[in-house]
Amino acid sequence: MVAYLIRRLFFFVPIVFGVMLLTFVLFFVVQSPDAMARRVLGPKATPKAVENWLHNRGYDKPLLLNRTGQAPWHDSLFLNQMGRLARFDLGKSDVTNRPLAEDFREGALPSLLLTVPAFFVGLALSVVFALYLVFIRNGVVDLAASLACVALMSVPVMVYIIAGQFLVAQVLNYFPAFGFQLEGFSTAKFLLLPVALMVVSGLGADVRLFRAMFIEEMGQDYIRTARAKGVSSALVLLRHVFKNGLINLITLVVASLPFLIMGSVVLENFFGIPGLGNKLFSAIQAPDFAVVQASVFLGSLLYLGGLLLTDICYAWADPRIRLQ
Amino acid sequence: MAAFDLVWVQNLSVFTGYALLGGALWRVAGTERWKAAWHRLRGDRTGMAALALICVFLLVGTLESFSVPQPTGSRTLLQLATAGIPQEKGYSAPLATTTLSVANPTPLAGRHLLGTDALGRDTLVQTLRATRSALWIGGLTSIIYIPLGVLLGILAAFYRGWVDDVVQYFYSTVAAVPEILMLVSILMVLGKGLGTMAIALGITGWVGMARLIRGETLRQVERPYVAAARAMGQSDWKILMRHLLPNVMHLVLIKAVLGFSGLVLAEAVLSYLGVGSPVGTASWGAMIDASRSELSREPFVWWNISTSAGALFLLVLALNLFGDSLRRAFDPKHG
Amino acid sequence: MLELRNLSIDFGKGASRVQAVKGISLSIAKGETVALVGESGSGKSVTGMALTRLLPEPPAFYAGGEILFEGRNVLGMNARELRALRGGKIAYVFQEPSTSLNPVFTVRSQIAEALHLHRPEVADVDAEVVHCLDMVGIVSPRQRMDDYPHQLSGGMQQRVMIAMALACRPQLLVADEPTTALDVTVQAQILDQMRQIKQQTGMAMLLITHNFGIIGGIADRVAVMFRGKIVEEGATATVLGNPQHAYTKALIGCIPQLGQHRRRLTTIDHDALGALC
Ligand SMILES: Nc1ncnc2c1ncn2[C@@H]1O[C@H](COP(=O)(O)OP(=O)(O)O)[C@@H](O)[C@H]1O
Ligand SMILES: [Mg+2]
Repeated sequence: MVAYLIRRLFFFVPIVFGVMLLTFVLFFVVQSPDAMARRVLGPKATPKAVENWLHNRGYDKPLLLNRTGQAPWHDSLFLNQMGRLARFDLGKSDVTNRPLAEDFREGALPSLLLTVPAFFVGLALSVVFALYLVFIRNGVVDLAASLACVALMSVPVMVYIIAGQFLVAQVLNYFPAFGFQLEGFSTAKFLLLPVALMVVSGLGADVRLFRAMFIEEMGQDYIRTARAKGVSSALVLLRHVFKNGLINLITLVVASLPFLIMGSVVLENFFGIPGLGNKLFSAIQAPDFAVVQASVFLGSLLYLGGLLLTDICYAWADPRIRLQ
Repeated sequence: MAAFDLVWVQNLSVFTGYALLGGALWRVAGTERWKAAWHRLRGDRTGMAALALICVFLLVGTLESFSVPQPTGSRTLLQLATAGIPQEKGYSAPLATTTLSVANPTPLAGRHLLGTDALGRDTLVQTLRATRSALWIGGLTSIIYIPLGVLLGILAAFYRGWVDDVVQYFYSTVAAVPEILMLVSILMVLGKGLGTMAIALGITGWVGMARLIRGETLRQVERPYVAAARAMGQSDWKILMRHLLPNVMHLVLIKAVLGFSGLVLAEAVLSYLGVGSPVGTASWGAMIDASRSELSREPFVWWNISTSAGALFLLVLALNLFGDSLRRAFDPKHG
Repeated sequence: MLELRNLSIDFGKGASRVQAVKGISLSIAKGETVALVGESGSGKSVTGMALTRLLPEPPAFYAGGEILFEGRNVLGMNARELRALRGGKIAYVFQEPSTSLNPVFTVRSQIAEALHLHRPEVADVDAEVVHCLDMVGIVSPRQRMDDYPHQLSGGMQQRVMIAMALACRPQLLVADEPTTALDVTVQAQILDQMRQIKQQTGMAMLLITHNFGIIGGIADRVAVMFRGKIVEEGATATVLGNPQHAYTKALIGCIPQLGQHRRRLTTIDHDALGALC
């Protein structure tokens, strides 16, 4: 198992390299560092200011290899960046010049406060609804619910937010529809609405997916065996279908677990939650390419971490799987 | 002169898009599987209703995509058709007789079924015009990601070996970047616009298609008919085009329809993030975004978001339902 | 003990209706073994599943007739009575042991589940599980019962299925192609085991198969099924020795005989037979 995981990790190295190459080409080759400086500093920046800005960030170095002879060959933009990231140094913001690691550490908690409850509440609700729909499958309620799921999926997340804020603020005049303060327990009142909206916006797709997964399980031979033993339909569902479906479900869901730390761009921005999603939003508006590049790096690591986690969970949950 | 040329490029590209779609459907329309699917689809009321709704949107989008040169600059067919609707001085509620202003309401030049926006333009007309953005995003992106994904998927499964390794490496790498970050990165560099958005969405979109087609082709390659074709000395290219491609086309269509709905939604989100439709383009995303301030006005303006979000919802819903119906029609057992 | 009277079963409604079983009558006495033979698609499995209303409804629909088990009509039973019947009175063994066992539960827990449902009075469940496994010829049952199905060979898996069916001491065992998915040598072992168990327990059995070759030493009577109807019925020796119906003759002709010079394998001319029936 350990050997397997280590081999997987080695397999990830070229992928992370590919991702870094991709963003590098995008930010520094497709767009020249010069153009980047002008976009960050604005159209009125003097050539001197641009030059300074580039120099301070090392963006004025040769792209791939340093062949000027005045510096070692590896003192190039790309290799410096790769070296930095290999040491997990995320670099500094293009705009504020603050170390990004600090920024990200700050944003992680608010993001997690939003996404973790939303994730687990959403998961639990979806599984319960999906199981219930499988129980009453092909009935009128099931059909109506399937339609409702498609309808829920067809609404963009902003519309949920705008409608939700509007209802809560204007019509119900209830808990704060906007704003965020980290102050112990009372933070919850700021999170109630965004968490609810995140749950609702994902519900349709999840219920549908899980329902399909459980229905697929219902058609298996061992379900027929269970019924032939005299197991009641409720128990067939809760024991036989659920456990098998759960294995598929875990492997599907676990992959997205690491991403919770990245927060939600749209939701955090709407509600002024100072998480990673919101930082990314500001970086897009600024524009701050360093933040975006570091986020991509982090995101790909999280993705690969998710894959690894999936493998481990699979081996743990499914007796048929042995990692070798 | 340049503007004139551009108009015809656009008009022509609409034709090209329809021709591509028609050609692809024509190639497979005669096969047993597609005939049977069409037969089942016709009996599916939801599916047919969704298809009809999609056609209405296509018609509206097409009308807005065809421009004719006019003395005052080119106008789209939809603009010409709605030229009789007057522009007002500002917001007005549905069917109101004056503008929304509390201090000095001015009488309107006409009635507007769904009100007018900040610039006094008819909300319904603006919403209909915005159909064009949604369809162009969906269409352009599809033209990029479908051939790319299908080709790479089929090649990977057919040749295996290093071809497969390379394709898998490419899509693992693209998949490793969270989609939103990938889109944002590309659009930050390439800039706003329908074309750049399509490129960005195409770059992230082909992965899913390639995976799907690779998986299905791997199954198809095992089938005896491929071995038979090989034994008869048919060239690889012929086997790919004559045998494998037609046998995965139904999956391509289903995925394309469902994917289209995702693209329409993506346009709205990207426009909200400020990297989507350029300012001034009629787009549902931009209209929804504008409604944030409209809803906090006093009295609030609800008709812009209702209409634009409603239209977007209808199109995405229709696409999702039609995609599901297609899936059921092609695979009645697992529908 | 069990009696089918003019039973008809349809799948689907309206234009897509398929009549899978068309008015069959059949009875099984206590301790008797009846073989239901017919080619694939003739409606054997549907008949077997119908005995405890296992078919999913819809699409299945009991269009007519009765299923009497110990004088009571199964088609009139409520859900609870059906559950007591399934596994408790009538137990099943299916064709594909590798998919018929739940992959995520151990052998022990799958057999224990059946015990728990129908014989809650059993105190030492583990001992009973071991006993059942022992009965079907599984060596070192104490170790095997903690295995997951994928850790067992196909023959072992089928033995576990049989053990699970026997655990609740049913009066009737419905074995639906119990050996079709297995290797020839394993087939013979399993059939032999079933014969022994039948003698030990005295339960009745409905042996469903497409293969006349396997029923010889085990079935008392044979019913031959073709396109949803029973076309011939009689004592095994009589039917095998002197088949009356053309379809039966054709089916028996399909059996490859060992030691004989391999004759042309008979293939069945369905259209000609259809006209006969
Ligand atoms: N779930 C089902 N839906 C529709 N038709 C079915 C279903 N199950 C069985 N049938 C029909 O019943 C017929 C008999 O099937 P079956 O009893 O499984 O045959 P066999 O004799 O091989 O066991 C099949 O030919 C098929 O047309
Ligand atoms: Mg059968």
